[in-house]
Amino acid sequence: MQTSTTSAPASEISLAVEHIRKSFGSVQVLDDISFDAHPGEFITLLGPSGCGKTTLLRIIAGLERADSGRIVLAGQPVDHLPANRRSVNTVFQSYALFPHLTVFENVAFGLRSRRVPQAEVNTRVHQNMEMVRIADLARRYPHQLSGGQKQRVALARALVNAPEVLLLDEPMSALDAKLRAEVQVELRRLQRSLRKTFVLVTHDQHEAMTVSDRIIVMNRGKIEQEGPTAEVYERPRTRFIAEFFGAANLIPARRSGDKRVTTAVGELSVRTTPPWESGTVAIHPEWIEITDTEPAENAVRAEVRDAIYRGDHVELLMEPGSLRVQVSPRLRAEPGATLWLCLPVERLEVLDD
Amino acid sequence: MKRWGGLLQVAVLVGFLLLYAPLLAVALYSFNAAEKGSVWVGFSLRWYAQLMADPETSRRAWEIREATLNTLQLGAVSTVISTILGTMLALGMQRFPWPSSLGKLLQVTIDVPVITPDIVIAAALVVGFNLLRFVSPLFDPGMSAMIIGHVTFQIAFVALVVRSRLVLMGPTLSEAARDLYASSWYHFHRVTLPLLWPAIVGGAMLAFTLSLDDFVISFFTCGPSSSTLPIYVYHSQLRGLRTDLFAVSTLLVMGTVVLVLTLERLTRWKRD
Repeated sequence: MQTSTTSAPASEISLAVEHIRKSFGSVQVLDDISFDAHPGEFITLLGPSGCGKTTLLRIIAGLERADSGRIVLAGQPVDHLPANRRSVNTVFQSYALFPHLTVFENVAFGLRSRRVPQAEVNTRVHQNMEMVRIADLARRYPHQLSGGQKQRVALARALVNAPEVLLLDEPMSALDAKLRAEVQVELRRLQRSLRKTFVLVTHDQHEAMTVSDRIIVMNRGKIEQEGPTAEVYERPRTRFIAEFFGAANLIPARRSGDKRVTTAVGELSVRTTPPWESGTVAIHPEWIEITDTEPAENAVRAEVRDAIYRGDHVELLMEPGSLRVQVSPRLRAEPGATLWLCLPVERLEVLDD
Repeated sequence: MKRWGGLLQVAVLVGFLLLYAPLLAVALYSFNAAEKGSVWVGFSLRWYAQLMADPETSRRAWEIREATLNTLQLGAVSTVISTILGTMLALGMQRFPWPSSLGKLLQVTIDVPVITPDIVIAAALVVGFNLLRFVSPLFDPGMSAMIIGHVTFQIAFVALVVRSRLVLMGPTLSEAARDLYASSWYHFHRVTLPLLWPAIVGGAMLAFTLSLDDFVISFFTCGPSSSTLPIYVYHSQLRGLRTDLFAVSTLLVMGTVVLVLTLERLTRWKRD
């Protein structure tokens, strides 16, 4: 559906980021960052503010220069190219629509600045405006648009150029929660139908999980963990990741043998032998099972201290170990009840630190 | 609360009175039939008529016309030059990635001419021009020296107005333009210039008004044939304040008001 005039030779990797380093003064913002993006892949750079994710995006776009390292687009190194000669386009956080131009002129900007013939400009602009459903806004000015509409214009303005890679810098942070959830699903659908490489920057882990094929979690200028979306959530490798995704139970533990640890809730089996003497194991509240009889492995006898009703689930706070357990609201567990819990070996993660 | 409201109204009235009473007095006396002095003799349009009189027959009308033309020429030329230079200065200061300490120094330096007393600038120009006269006759007392003199103080004002608009715009639109393949020129004339236009017009207007108004710098740099209205008014009131000067002043004020209103209209388009 995209009229691509700039289709580069199909290569396996649409974007390669190689050993990027960047400092502002004495502050090292990016420390040896490398990753690849494949055609049609939706990648999210996730991390708290100040982790360097936006700087990395700006380096890919050519708006910032790296101190060292390479950016390769469709097989071609682009480090020597300024932003206006790279086949990447950005959806900016504040949208950055030109206030003196109409929606049509905003979307047409990238084509006109490359002197694309007028007839082709018209076709491509209209196609893209229809794709994000803003065709009826063509003659409006940005100050006459709602936040959601502005966001669509910004998206069309970037996509009309058929870039190799689309960069999105927290594009949904200005939208309200309900609209944001809708836009996330729509963005995902759009990316699937276009089969383009999207690189999104966000600090919102829910957003990252909704849209991405792969998540790269950044912390203090380094990649903390990267992998398919579910893997990063379910198998956190470090305490930072487990805490950043918010939900996991972090249980202090001591190594007690081959694939065995001792904790406040008792002796537990784990998948791998910990690299440390004492450290942390993690498990998500939704993976802890409640059983009628004593489970064969990793059984914990615990008492319900508090039950918090959340509508679609109930969160139980249990002792020992201050465990948080997520159960269905159909299971009536009142404070004071004593239950058998199972912490499945498969779901118990040994953290690196 | 109501009592305070009344007091505020009075304060506003007093303020406006202080601002406009002298102007109104001048306008009123320009219709006085008497040739000089502050005694009201009767209503007359003769001074306006005399200003329009044939310069060949009236020496005074000729002098006033010359001074007016000089003033307008000086104002127009210096404004065009200083607007271009001031805009370039603002763009250079804002867009070039200066190291932060140097950037701050530049910001302070650009503000200094704005607050420097005119007399200091004038004295400095006299000293400078006396040396530069040996390089080029442009610096001889006269119109060219006056234009250069006016440009030197106008630039800072234009740069100040344009730069504050640039600061307000921020770097994002510029980055968006670059991200969308704009060359430097396309970027400048499709994005920067249209968005900066109101500030450039505003800066030019300010520069023109300052030039029109200036006495000190013109006085120190003018030659025998380049007298401006302020200088003419100064010299002729030494020989007695004649009513036709009130008429000139009134026309000048009217001209300024029209200019301000027109430009206000022009720059009001599309607020975002």
